[in-house]
Amino acid sequence: MAMLEVNDLQVYYGVICALKGISFQVEQGQIVSLIGANGAGKTTMMQSIVSLIPKREGTVVFEGKDITKTPSHKIVRLGMTQVPEGRRIFQELTVYENLLMGAYTNKDQQSFKRDLEMIYERFPRLAERKNQIAGTLSGGEQQMLAMGRAIMCHPKLLMLDEPSMGLSPLLVDQVFEIIKDINKDGTTILLVEQNAGKSLAISDQAYVMENGKIVLSGTGAELASSEKVKKAYLGG
Amino acid sequence: MTTAINGLSLGGIYAMIALGYTMVYGIAKMLNFAHGDVIMIGGYMIYVTMATGNPLLAIAVAVLSCVILGVTIEKVAYKPLRGASPLAVLITAIGISYLLQSLAQIIFGSAAKMVTVYELGSIQFLGATVQLSALVTLGVTVVVMAALTLFVKFTRVGRAMIAVSEDRGAAQLMGINVNGIITLTFAIGSALAALAGLFYLLKAPNVSSTMGAMPGIKAFTAAVIGGIGSIPGAMLGGILLGIVESVSYKFAAIAPYTDAIEFSILIIILLVRPNGFLGKKRREKV
Ligand SMILES: Nc1ncnc2c1ncn2[C@@H]1O[C@H](COP(=O)(O)OP(=O)(O)OP(=O)(O)O)[C@@H](O)[C@H]1O
Ligand SMILES: [Mg+2]
Repeated sequence: MAMLEVNDLQVYYGVICALKGISFQVEQGQIVSLIGANGAGKTTMMQSIVSLIPKREGTVVFEGKDITKTPSHKIVRLGMTQVPEGRRIFQELTVYENLLMGAYTNKDQQSFKRDLEMIYERFPRLAERKNQIAGTLSGGEQQMLAMGRAIMCHPKLLMLDEPSMGLSPLLVDQVFEIIKDINKDGTTILLVEQNAGKSLAISDQAYVMENGKIVLSGTGAELASSEKVKKAYLGG
Repeated sequence: MTTAINGLSLGGIYAMIALGYTMVYGIAKMLNFAHGDVIMIGGYMIYVTMATGNPLLAIAVAVLSCVILGVTIEKVAYKPLRGASPLAVLITAIGISYLLQSLAQIIFGSAAKMVTVYELGSIQFLGATVQLSALVTLGVTVVVMAALTLFVKFTRVGRAMIAVSEDRGAAQLMGINVNGIITLTFAIGSALAALAGLFYLLKAPNVSSTMGAMPGIKAFTAAVIGGIGSIPGAMLGGILLGIVESVSYKFAAIAPYTDAIEFSILIIILLVRPNGFLGKKRREKV
């Protein structure tokens, strides 16, 4: 049984159908990525899985439990959270307070302190700026904070929606390194990326989305060498 | 001097109501125009319970029933409208306001009722007569404002309120129960409304079905002047409006225009500072 099973997911915005029946699975311990052009429906899919956007049809099962109708905050408590598109950190709070919010469901002081140290080690920039108001961080620093905040919640499955968006090449590499690290520490990853080359390279399994549908699937290596993917997403 | 103290105590009442407005607006992102009428219900609850002759019991009953009322209004009327247009929510709130006023009229009649909670008397201070009720009002308001500020800044649930006010979706992704936080916000706002009702009765011992309407609008004005969504802003706006009102009543020539003067101040301040004195501008970073 897969960790996350999405079956025939359909989502509408008014009368517009954004997801036309999507099915896929995420196996425990893997990095699974989803690539697709702008407007393909990737964000819609990520947010409807965690109930931030209502579903019309279909089911979502997490670790054998049907979470199709479970409210978002309860899904988080089951061990699945998301770094949403556009970071969405809490701008009025400090860096430290944002990390505190990430640990909202964790009331154990000991593990909180350990997590915090680990985050500061992994993102030294956040340690330097822990008392800075988050809204004044640079875009890249905000992205790190968004990832740090999600890690503080100890998810078993971490979903990331375009974590490399708007970052300089050096930072992009760093983000992918961190994703690999988190995965090595035992967190399963579901990744949405525009950067198809880099994400396929670290993925165990990958899916390609077009117009609200999954049109291709395979291992990261398979898709990276597929002619169709090369043409449409890898620039030739 | 007496005018100044009067202004401060009136300002305290406005501030207390404005705190409720501003909390609900800041966190639930809606204008709860029925907020003033919750004060009125609090007033009637005090009136009814004072039959036992126990003021502390009356206050406790008023606070508790206002909390239940506020939370019920939110659950029944506002929660189903989450995600609906702000206009629909506003109209619903106005409807609730009239509903509460009519209910009070049906139950208690349209004539105002007299009720004396405490006879606090007055003291002489620097040659002026100062009503003790004014000092109590002011003192409690300051304490409540400080407590709320600390609560929001330094507790887990308080920070969750800030998170919900900034971004509901992101807050949910932290595991925060957004509906729970909004319910709590309404509970706090309604408890403050009950206290405002009490202070109102200390100042003018009459309960009527429309007693909450004007203070409600004034307090809303105060909240906007101070910067809606800001806790110290509500305090500042309330005190400012209270003082303006007291001073204006002091002069026979402008006394009849007091309300107009207050609302003009609102308009002028909004022209100069669209976010009010302490309101924050939203920073957007792409
Ligand atoms: N709130 C909304 N109301 C109406 N249509 C929407 C809404 N949000 C998204 N859409 C539409 O749904 C489709 C899928 O959008 P979505 O944001 O899921 O795409 P995406 O794959 O994440 O794109 P990108 O790579 O640009 O982030 C788009 O055509 C978009 O215009
Ligand atoms: Mg997207």
